[in-house]
Amino acid sequence: MWTWFHRLASPPFFFRLAERWAPWLGVAALVLLAWGWIGGLVFAPPDYQQKDAFRIIYVHVPAAAVSLSLYTLMALAGAVAVIWRMKLAECVLVATAPVGASMTVVALVTGMLWGKPMWGTYWVWDARLTSELVLLFLYLGVIGLYRAFDDPRAGARACALLAIVGVVNVPIVKYSVEWWNSLHQGSTIMKLGKPSIALEMAIPLYAAVAGTLLFCGYAILRRVQNELLWRERGTQWVRELRVGEPGR
Amino acid sequence: MTKRQQRMTAVAALVLGIGVAAALAFTAFRKNMMYFYTPTDLVAQAVPAGAKIRLGGLVVAGTLQRGEGLDVRFTVADCEQSVPVRYSGILPDLFREGQGIVATGRVGPDGVFMADEVLAKHDENYMPPELAEKLVAADGRHSCAEFSRPVMGRRPAIADRPSQS
Repeated sequence: MWTWFHRLASPPFFFRLAERWAPWLGVAALVLLAWGWIGGLVFAPPDYQQKDAFRIIYVHVPAAAVSLSLYTLMALAGAVAVIWRMKLAECVLVATAPVGASMTVVALVTGMLWGKPMWGTYWVWDARLTSELVLLFLYLGVIGLYRAFDDPRAGARACALLAIVGVVNVPIVKYSVEWWNSLHQGSTIMKLGKPSIALEMAIPLYAAVAGTLLFCGYAILRRVQNELLWRERGTQWVRELRVGEPGR
Repeated sequence: MTKRQQRMTAVAALVLGIGVAAALAFTAFRKNMMYFYTPTDLVAQAVPAGAKIRLGGLVVAGTLQRGEGLDVRFTVADCEQSVPVRYSGILPDLFREGQGIVATGRVGPDGVFMADEVLAKHDENYMPPELAEKLVAADGRHSCAEFSRPVMGRRPAIADRPSQS
């Protein structure tokens, strides 16, 4: 198991692995997103109360769920980076932050667009909305902190600590609607037990969540590859990669 | 202990420490984390008198009365208590009898809640209209349990929710 762990951590090995897997992830993401969004926006029946306005769920819930999963991934990568001093984990950490931040922005903006007609307001400071906003600031903090260092390794180490400290916010966002009362409704599908949504509406939603997750996986793999190339630009394996380029 | 094990312990201690600190802080500030008071809180006078607060509950069926212009009166209830509300202004599209709402305002001297903002609180249930029609005959659409205070992070399960009157 440990040999596998160390082999995966080797930049050239991971780079080639990502090169092989990324296209498949991308295609699977496209298929699932097409299924989820066409199914959700066109074929699913309208909601009994919200009519067609409920369809924003097919963007909002996937983005919000993925924003939390990606933060967890980022914190795990941070822990590995701190404990094993693994360069690859540092790259995963800094590559995940902008993707996670984008998903958080999508979740917040789609939520606000839905909130105005349904609740009657764009924004309230209840526990769910506030903690999701804190999640965005944590992501932005990681991005900014990394940029503030000249040495990428020192920067990534500082980011790792911030990511680990901030992980306490993940269960707070998730359970904010259960621990406290809030204007935001409780979980519809991201909970144990029976989902509170009719099956023909739920299936495209699951597809959209899976598709968004895979799309983010694709984006992160590509960003990790870029980060690896940049950091290892002086090494033999990167120079070998460039031999095959046209005009050389 | 090797250096790596030391770092592993440090990271674990950090996560655990922050987790415990957060749990303690949020337990202490539990009341402040609540977005609204329930009619039960109001009736029990657990609410500072005359202060501007938010009140959450279901609009009781059959209590909505429209007055002149935009004036409305209705009663808001959780599973146990109810409070009369007066409001003048534009109501959100989702506002209707049986719907969950959160109103901002003050309790007047006569015990009527004078709201200056009313927001609809949608619940987590999504269904096509045909299914909703079947359900409304059986057991109402929205549950008052939505507005019962969560106990140790758990709301009453659907089975133990008292049925709506």
